Amino acid sequence: MSTEVAEEKVVKKSEALLSKRRKKLVADPLNEDNPITIQVLGICSALAVTVKMEPTIIMALGVTFTIVFSNLLISLIRNFIPNRIRIIVQLAVVALFVTLVSEFLKAYNYPMYKVLGAFVGLIITNCIVMGRLEAFAMGNKPYDSILDGFGSGLGYAWIILAVSFFREFLGSGSILNFKVFQALGIPYVNNGLMVDSIGAFMILAIIIWVQRTKTGYVEQ
Amino acid sequence: MRQSNTYIVIFTLITTVFVGGTLAVTSILLGPQQAKSIEYDTKSQILSAVMQLSDKDDVLGIYERRIQSLVVNYKGEEVTTDSKGQPLVAEKVDVSKNYKLSREERLLPVFKYMSESDPNKVEAYILPLYGNGLWDRIWGFMALGEQLETVKGVSFGHKAETPGLGARISDDPVIAERYQGKKIYDDKGKLVSVSMVKGEKGEPLDEHHVDGMSGATMTGNGVNRMLMEYLTCYESYFKKVKSQRMAGL
Repeated sequence: MSTEVAEEKVVKKSEALLSKRRKKLVADPLNEDNPITIQVLGICSALAVTVKMEPTIIMALGVTFTIVFSNLLISLIRNFIPNRIRIIVQLAVVALFVTLVSEFLKAYNYPMYKVLGAFVGLIITNCIVMGRLEAFAMGNKPYDSILDGFGSGLGYAWIILAVSFFREFLGSGSILNFKVFQALGIPYVNNGLMVDSIGAFMILAIIIWVQRTKTGYVEQ
Repeated sequence: MRQSNTYIVIFTLITTVFVGGTLAVTSILLGPQQAKSIEYDTKSQILSAVMQLSDKDDVLGIYERRIQSLVVNYKGEEVTTDSKGQPLVAEKVDVSKNYKLSREERLLPVFKYMSESDPNKVEAYILPLYGNGLWDRIWGFMALGEQLETVKGVSFGHKAETPGLGARISDDPVIAERYQGKKIYDDKGKLVSVSMVKGEKGEPLDEHHVDGMSGATMTGNGVNRMLMEYLTCYESYFKKVKSQRMAGL
């Protein structure tokens, strides 16, 4: 609790709406502190929903929405949450927003609801969301928490979109259901490995490889 | 204070009421829209057995004009009320629930696709299908021509067949096309259904077989079992329709 007090003193000095520190909150998870490639969280859904790009986009939006609003709500009530039940309160808040996403999807995009099915509900168990609540929103102000959630959401989104791009391109020969090779008249035999989760592992590993070579990040 | 049991109980109560209340309100507000989406989805699946639908098509309008539905039982008799005496709606019959019952107890919906010019003439009979694929359930609709012998079209769906292999039953339009024009009765009038063979050779096959899906023989077997099961269920109804037609009714 002592760190919380110390931090609030710092924030009391007026700060620009997008100060350097706040920009860092959004930018860090995109590369240097990426939830998937550096923290290695949320791998399950990164494998499960990335066969095609279209469901991946919906999933990325759903997760980003959930992180931003859970972060906001937890941050707003952070001083009222009893310490002993904080995890279950976080879980209830995450479950609230995930169920909202699921209900809206069922009402306005039923075909997508059928494709994503259980995976939307499983956002609840996505460690990225709970991780941000526990590590950030519990000790920071609402606006900062929104930025942090947005950053983590985007960090998750760009990785799964990159994975799904290569998986759909190589595995189904299409981009967003548009048959690229057919349109170009190039004969291409779809790579079955890419539609399997093994393909996702390989692409993810290559992304991590490239990224760590560039940033020089080494696990201790 | 924040750690006392009373505070925790009160806090939990407020959280529960807030979360539960928000979800309840959302569910009620979105309910009608969800029901509409599900109805649209069911009706477009039924129609896709006889026509290629595009996003622009007025699915509900076409359905309203062209489809007449009824529910029959294993003996081929029309059923109009459910076990509680409520009127039955064919579109609302849950095929997956009925699948778990014995054949004799099942409620079997029939969707009659009527001719555009003559609203009393049936162009195709569309039947729901349900069964198990390799990993999870599969389902679909099969349209039979007015003589109830030739397949006019099929549409399949699946929950979790292998992407790129078994999932082709719904993703690859070629699979459904292969069924068109096949016959479900042999020369002696025995129901033989249409089965998918093992392997994908691309060679022409007789009128009771379609080419298989390479790497998805198990899904293919599931599809074969599903077709045979449901055609058997509807056989008495087929006989009844034919004998009524013979009698000139």
